[in-house]
Amino acid sequence: PRTGQNAGAAPFIFFLTLQYTWDASEEYLFRAMVAFAMRRYSSKETTQISNVLLCNVTDRVSFWFVVADSSKNVTTIPRKNVEAAIRMNRNRINSAFLLNDDTLQFLKISSTLSPPIEPSLPIWLIVFGSVLCLILGGIVFLIVSGIRQRQKKNQASAEAENLEDKHETIVTTENGIPCDTLDFKAGHINGVYAAADDERFTPL
Amino acid sequence: MEQSRPLWDNPLQFVFACISYAVGLGNVWRFPYLCQMYGGGGFLVPYFIMLIVEGMPLLYLELAVGQRMRQGSIGAWRTISPYLSGVGIASVVVSFFLSMYYNVINAWAFWYLFHSFQDPLPWANCPMNRNYTGYMEECEKASSTQYFWYRETLNISPSIEEHGSIQWEQAVCLILAWLVVYLCILRGTESTGKVVYVTASLPYLVLLIYLIRGLTLHGAVNGLVYMFTPKLEQLANPKAWINAATQIFFSLGLGFGSLIAFASYNEPNNNCERHAMIVSLINSATSIFASIVTFSIYGFKATFNYEDCVSKVILLLTNTFDLEEGFLTADNLEAMKNYLTSTYPNEYTELLPQIKNCSLEAELDTAVQGTGLAFIVYSEAIKNMEVSQLYSVLYFFMLLLLGIGSMLGNTTAILTPLTDSKFISTHLPKEAISGIVCFVNCIVGLIFTMEAGNYWFDIFNDYAATLSLLLIVLVETISVCYVYGLRRFEKDLHVMTGHKPSWYWKIMWAFASPVLIVSLFVFYLTDYILTGTLKYQAWDATQLRYTRYIYNSSLFNF
Repeated sequence: PRTGQNAGAAPFIFFLTLQYTWDASEEYLFRAMVAFAMRRYSSKETTQISNVLLCNVTDRVSFWFVVADSSKNVTTIPRKNVEAAIRMNRNRINSAFLLNDDTLQFLKISSTLSPPIEPSLPIWLIVFGSVLCLILGGIVFLIVSGIRQRQKKNQASAEAENLEDKHETIVTTENGIPCDTLDFKAGHINGVYAAADDERFTPL
Repeated sequence: MEQSRPLWDNPLQFVFACISYAVGLGNVWRFPYLCQMYGGGGFLVPYFIMLIVEGMPLLYLELAVGQRMRQGSIGAWRTISPYLSGVGIASVVVSFFLSMYYNVINAWAFWYLFHSFQDPLPWANCPMNRNYTGYMEECEKASSTQYFWYRETLNISPSIEEHGSIQWEQAVCLILAWLVVYLCILRGTESTGKVVYVTASLPYLVLLIYLIRGLTLHGAVNGLVYMFTPKLEQLANPKAWINAATQIFFSLGLGFGSLIAFASYNEPNNNCERHAMIVSLINSATSIFASIVTFSIYGFKATFNYEDCVSKVILLLTNTFDLEEGFLTADNLEAMKNYLTSTYPNEYTELLPQIKNCSLEAELDTAVQGTGLAFIVYSEAIKNMEVSQLYSVLYFFMLLLLGIGSMLGNTTAILTPLTDSKFISTHLPKEAISGIVCFVNCIVGLIFTMEAGNYWFDIFNDYAATLSLLLIVLVETISVCYVYGLRRFEKDLHVMTGHKPSWYWKIMWAFASPVLIVSLFVFYLTDYILTGTLKYQAWDATQLRYTRYIYNSSLFNF
């Protein structure tokens, strides 16, 4: 891009794809936006659209423009003022053309980068904290239930040992069968003898 | 009252545990690299041959030893011969080395996972410098994903001598990773058996989602075609065969004692022959599956960067020569360049240094492996997808599952011999033993969270296990075949599985596998000796490229 040799002129370049064709009406809008910017900046309300002049429009849609001073003829408003005005209203100019800082570039007017939004607590710490709490909860639960299980088992085995001691003293075996199983098993009642007590024998 | 040995609830838990252990990060980040370097689709030939000659027989051997002896590695080898208990101890020591540094990868995966819940992703854009006038210089010169990895994650120092301080963010992620591992191994097979259902199956779901997403990405086909076209002349390169053998060997995780430990919790009549074949085939199939995903991601990333480069050139030319919008397109760029050279020769030559030659092949040719692939290349591809947060969360969650699955195997390999030993298990409950092991590993692992930690990680990754494992497995094979006796082993297998092993197994165990391992061992030894001074790659923040430094023996003076 050509660098500005003209003291008052600010070069201006379009980038990338326009969603509309660039014609005289668009130029008119641009001149209106620059006039608006100058009015806002100087708060004088004297700049007219006719004060803004465009020249050397190329196919690329790039051109030079100057803002003439309406009060004094044949002079142009200094470059610094124009740049400041545009910088102040950059957003409005961009939105009027449905473009942004990348696609609508003013040479020598660098765009300021917006500072990043830093949340008070980094998001990753929040996720980390929740996962950490879950895992710690799981570990504590498993350890505690493991200890309880072991206590129960110890109690149960202690009781079983006590019972076994009692059995140990009185277990006697008869033909390889411990007598206590015979004691505790429901014995078979021999039906013959049971019935015999009742009716079998004829009464004398 | 003697406690019976804990068992897996069903054989499926055992198979899942083995798959979860064997299918790890190496399948995702090492195999695609090897495929690309050694002949694309043609690499599958040496890979499958090595699987049949080396992978399956050695896997079956370890599982059978564990299932027969029903003890961890130390006890099992002591039972075979009291002179061989050193093999078991060596396995435990190597497992200890591995678990020390491997969990750091899980810490990094946690870090990236937690950072995936932001919009935009933190590695998508460069952060601004202090005056807010522009972006950070280091980030501008490298890329935002590289900056995020080297500066914000690792905060890497320029060389291994400059230790720096412990990065607290990485340290807490490491502690969290160890807490997760502790939670999974706390109750032994009872807890591990439930966890492996998740760690073995979920990664496949994520890989499937990524496969569908990857294949539908713009430019994925470029990657697939480029990588998979077989370059059969690579088959003549001995390095291809050596790397295939090495990959099979280390991918299955032989020699660490984890497989012996897992198998020792089996029912005595478990059909470990069938399980060995299933596990090794699934492991290899997963490698191929993962490399399809990786290549389509490569293709997408390369195409994206290529098109970005082309559009930047178009923009530059359009602005310089005030051409109309749409005058230059990607198709007519070359023709237009010639036209412009002839019409405006002076301005064009002025502009020439700024015009980059964009080439799709150059973008595809960047072969990356290891942490660079997993954390830089993949995150670069993810940031350009739609709904990138979702894919990022899925991807790093999958890395976590793969990593935790392998860690479970490693810690089981350390814990099983400890809990088998009567002396220790009478004095300490299982939970305390696991806790002590995790705690010690965590403290030692804090080294890898220092600023120079990644260099230490590379040392461990490259040298901690390689030669030792080869030696361990060689001694294992020889001792089972010749010390224990192949006939005795056959009889044991007959009792366990119900049929004698076929001649294929016997030939592999007795001849093929030992010969292969010996040749691998000899190759690596000669390679180390011939290399002379060992060098490592350091990230130079001022020049923003890798420089190779020599390991200095003085760095061991902490």
